[in-house]
Amino acid sequence: MIEQKLNKKQSNSDNTASYAEGVLKEHYLTDKERTAIDHEIAMVPHKSAAVIEALKIVQNNRRWISDESVNAIAAYLQMSPAEVDSVATFYNLIFRKPVGRHVILLCDSISCYVMKYGDIYTALQEKLRIRFGETTGDDCFTLLPNACLGCCDHAPALMIDNDLYKDVTVTCLDRILKKYT
Amino acid sequence: MEHPLTQYIHPGCPAFDLHEYEMTGGYSALQKVLTSMSYQEVQKLVQDSGLKGRGGAGFNTGMKWSFVPMGNDAPHPKYLIANADEMEPGTFKDRMLLEGNPHQLIEGMILAAYAIQADISYIFLRWAYKKAAQLLRKSIHEAYAAGYLGKNIRGSGFSLEMHLHTGVGRYMCGEETALLNALEGKRATPRSKPPFPQISGLYGKPTIVNNVETLCNLPHIVNNGAEWFRGLGSGDDGGTKLYGVSGKVNNPGCWELPIGSVTVRELVEEYAGGMKNGYQLKGILPGGASTDFLTTEHLDVKMDFASVQAAGSRLGTGTMVVMDDATCPVGFVHNLQHFFAQESCGWCTPCREGLPWVEKMLLSLEHGTGTNEDMELLQMHTQWLGPGNTFCALAPGAMEPLQSALKYFREDFERHITMHKCPYD
Repeated sequence: MIEQKLNKKQSNSDNTASYAEGVLKEHYLTDKERTAIDHEIAMVPHKSAAVIEALKIVQNNRRWISDESVNAIAAYLQMSPAEVDSVATFYNLIFRKPVGRHVILLCDSISCYVMKYGDIYTALQEKLRIRFGETTGDDCFTLLPNACLGCCDHAPALMIDNDLYKDVTVTCLDRILKKYT
Repeated sequence: MEHPLTQYIHPGCPAFDLHEYEMTGGYSALQKVLTSMSYQEVQKLVQDSGLKGRGGAGFNTGMKWSFVPMGNDAPHPKYLIANADEMEPGTFKDRMLLEGNPHQLIEGMILAAYAIQADISYIFLRWAYKKAAQLLRKSIHEAYAAGYLGKNIRGSGFSLEMHLHTGVGRYMCGEETALLNALEGKRATPRSKPPFPQISGLYGKPTIVNNVETLCNLPHIVNNGAEWFRGLGSGDDGGTKLYGVSGKVNNPGCWELPIGSVTVRELVEEYAGGMKNGYQLKGILPGGASTDFLTTEHLDVKMDFASVQAAGSRLGTGTMVVMDDATCPVGFVHNLQHFFAQESCGWCTPCREGLPWVEKMLLSLEHGTGTNEDMELLQMHTQWLGPGNTFCALAPGAMEPLQSALKYFREDFERHITMHKCPYD
């Protein structure tokens, strides 16, 4: 669902270039990605059990999972692209559309609702000129709603990349956002 | 010792490393079990303690273990999994244990694994808990280096491997059979039961999934005995419980207290410091998003499994969300149903189709375009999506706050229809 809301023009990264050249099979994966995926395959009874880890590895490297990444992972794990895509689209934090350099995850669950996460969302919309599911023009931020961050005693809460921000107020947003370029 | 699980957890202080944990008696329960107790004795001890699962369902832990095939004919490898996918909205208790004392969980897991003679263990950790992931990775490494994990642990002949698995976000992963599918690299949809995971779990092998808080109790039960544990609680339940309060209260937080020793009122007024100035308590969800509302008439209900159930709700995770009188109950319930509709895995029709309808009807009520027919339809959904119609507890859980809101806050719902707008705007 979240993935579907992502609404950003296709990037002209090397991903698309490889696609145009027809390099679709497992060779699309870098040596480093393959080594990391091999490590995960060794931990499980059959290759397809490593698919979530493989998606995480490729996404960490490329920010999101393109169709070419799905095809390459499928070929490498001897699965069909549809099987890989069914897993990729199931999980909230696997991005099937391009995202910015930093992903803002704003908690929209119940404690943050009571503590007015809506005010934070309004302020973020004004500052960044984007809504949920969108990416800023400079590719810096993607803004997404997120289910409970387990930080209910310090609501409202948000995460940017690996950083958790608690008791967020509208006035401190500028200082938070300034840290990311 | 009224708060064994959190006695060494202090906000602002770093979590114990292996040495510090050992200095305060850490891993002594494991030493005791490995040198002087059979797995049967450990199982019996935990059954006698009456420990109930702390993840929400409240099932007897020793009983759960007893269905695992034991002895020479038992299939191997067997698996022990710590469910650390804490994602119930309003719940933040396992985070405290994971970030505050990771070795306590690891020791608890080794004890549980010994009790069912498991070979491989996993911590299924939700992705958002970055700090916990870092600490657990370090702590597992320390435990291996000290010989508490790996082959032939401390010369006992018992071996256990432990892995940390971080998820990629989906509420369903907290459901025990969906968690197994996620670990196998599949979509996290629930499995049909039977067979139960104890017989056929991860990769078709015997598997136990226990909540973090449940597992953290084990070292203390082994060290102090079943009698001590039962004596800690009041009423039918033994031990302590991590209670939490969030919402517009002065001091939101999480406290470990003897189970059943506090009432709703005491938690809100004494521990959470009462409501913020200008706000009145209107209702609470006692144990996370999928528990029935309690209201001002239930303030003296004790927070244990039986008392909360007798009041018409569930203790659930024990972390309560407070709804104040300035928050619209329809908007509040809409927020919950939006979450459940979004997180439904789509496996069963009532959940996949019903929850979005419920969400839409609540939104139209909130926007002032709802009708009396919507109220009837909402009421019917609480039955259609109730227990017995779905593979797992997601949809029935979602209906709990809805059915109780329709009961306790009906007037608020009806004012949205007669005023053609939200009266709280």
